[in-house]
Amino acid sequence: MIEQVVFYLFASMLLLSASMVVVMKNPIHAALFLVLSFFSSAAIWLLLQAEFLAIALVLVYVGAVMVLFLFVVMMLDINLVTIREGFARYLPVGIIVALLMVTAMGLVVGSNYFMSENYMAVKEVSADHSNTRELGLTLYTEYLYQFEIAGAILLVAIIAAISLSMSKAKLTKSKNPGDQVFVKKKDRLRVIKMQAEKKE
Amino acid sequence: MNADLMIAIPEITLLALACLVLVVDAYSKDPLHLLSYWITQASLLITLGLVLYYFPEDASIAFHGSFISDAMSATLKAFICGISFIVFLYSHEYLKEHQCLKGEYFVLGLFAVLGMMIMASAYSLLSVYLGLELLSLSLYAMVAMQRTSSSASEAAMKYFVLGALASGMLLYGISMIYGLTGSLQLITIADVINVDSANRMYLVYGMIFLIIGIAFKLGAAPFHMWVPDVYQGAPTSVTLFISSAPKLAAFAMAMRILVDGLLPLLSDWQSILMILAVLSMAIGNIIAISQTNIKRMLAYSTIAHVGFLFLGFIAGTATGFAGSMFYIISYALMSIGAFGMIILLGRFGFEADMLDDFKGLSERSPWFAFIMLCFMFSMAGVPPFLGFWSKWFVLKELVASGFVVLAAVAVVFSIIGAYYYLRIIKLMYFDKPDSMTAIKASRQMRFVLSINGLAILVLGLIPNILMSLCLSALAG
Repeated sequence: MIEQVVFYLFASMLLLSASMVVVMKNPIHAALFLVLSFFSSAAIWLLLQAEFLAIALVLVYVGAVMVLFLFVVMMLDINLVTIREGFARYLPVGIIVALLMVTAMGLVVGSNYFMSENYMAVKEVSADHSNTRELGLTLYTEYLYQFEIAGAILLVAIIAAISLSMSKAKLTKSKNPGDQVFVKKKDRLRVIKMQAEKKE
Repeated sequence: MNADLMIAIPEITLLALACLVLVVDAYSKDPLHLLSYWITQASLLITLGLVLYYFPEDASIAFHGSFISDAMSATLKAFICGISFIVFLYSHEYLKEHQCLKGEYFVLGLFAVLGMMIMASAYSLLSVYLGLELLSLSLYAMVAMQRTSSSASEAAMKYFVLGALASGMLLYGISMIYGLTGSLQLITIADVINVDSANRMYLVYGMIFLIIGIAFKLGAAPFHMWVPDVYQGAPTSVTLFISSAPKLAAFAMAMRILVDGLLPLLSDWQSILMILAVLSMAIGNIIAISQTNIKRMLAYSTIAHVGFLFLGFIAGTATGFAGSMFYIISYALMSIGAFGMIILLGRFGFEADMLDDFKGLSERSPWFAFIMLCFMFSMAGVPPFLGFWSKWFVLKELVASGFVVLAAVAVVFSIIGAYYYLRIIKLMYFDKPDSMTAIKASRQMRFVLSINGLAILVLGLIPNILMSLCLSALAG
């Protein structure tokens, strides 16, 4: 009973905060609502007895990713007027498409087939059961291949990010001691002959 | 475990060699990146050799059912490596001439090839998805690499945003299928659907999202919007790459998902693919007529060819799928040739990407006008070139499965499409050239491009070699 109350509490919080992320005008507020939605989904993970995933979600996403994200949002000068340009123009088409999609998807997903009695309840496990161990075993045996590919994808992401942002063009000023040594007087000093000015 | 590693030896080798190129290039001071280039080409040849050496007699599955090595995957991998080898040869020429050579181009290219190979032998939805992401991520970065070009940045942005959207769709479909069948492995999914067909409607719901993902990656209408902009905006070296080997990988992805996993839903995806095929052939062939930029024109021609590719799937038989495989391999061979021609005619500060740049080519260089004629006749489907046989095999299988009207529609659209291919031939042979600038390209580029063009003609004269290869690849 209590479990259900907790579930519905966090589930509604998740839905609310997720829609606020989309609706909010201020990007900082949107990012903060995203943090809240991560927290709520972490709580739902806990209800499923997946404590490792819940903690990882809070530590990695809330602790690291979102902080960086907020940092970037605050650093960038985002002009909301240009982003919202054409919003009203595309709104009617967008609403029609969205309504069609929601109805069609609702007919399928909302049908009896997806009722909770068709799905197994979460298996009860003893208190000293290690979720982390279980996850590690699956990840490094059954999903080893996928795990390795994911590593390659991260490597590609690093290479791509560096090669796109690093520029070989000279943007900074620095001195070259070799050239400094060989500098001649005539490189720096120009002697101009001119008439002395008379005092009036 | 050891046996698993042995089955995936080409992939493991390629990954290691790609990392080697990365390290070597980091220390190289050579502005031409020759060492990285030669290691890249050598790694593709080594991988090709390993694929052929370990060519599987029969299908073997490894890594807890997420990897399969069968005749189809090995054949496709061999073609992916071979075609990428030619692509890198052409693009090295282009990057050198246009002075935008970067070592990362080769590293990312090798990772893209790795992604394609993973897709070719993926046997679980998760491996399909990860291979696709590895390929796409490398391609996005390759398109964006020319940072001073605003059209390249725009193309990369469009490609990235739409690609991410398509990946989202694919993942949503995967999650639906997983929720309904309880497995990510294609073979288990097929078994579950065969046993229990009560939830067919929900499976079709998930399948639609998977098809959207596949259609996007192949560039089929109505998910084709990115194709013309990316083909035109990206540097020709990257357009050449995107239009060739990744199409083989996308074909493999479609084969794995639709045939290996969802074959019990054949009648459902047949009707969806029919709509996609007709739309692609119509939009591709008709809009291509009004293009003045040859890269954009070839982009629309890709869309039309993808429509034709789907016809083999609609036939729904093993020979039909072999016809599709034949089609996509011959398309990739023609496509690298046509884009290679644009690279050949271009020089520093001048991109030969307008149709008018081909005016009077027969006076400037009769030999290369002839090679271009081979590519264009082949794409239009004129016998005896390879393109004719690929169209013929697909249509034959389609008629054999009883889709006569669809085959007639396809023929009508390819006749419409013949117009814009023949226009290039008219420009080359019957118009006066604007300038008589000599063609400046290295000897190896000229040699390989000539071989490429003659291969289209020779394979067209003896089409049975490639066809029997495709048939035996899909026989298992």
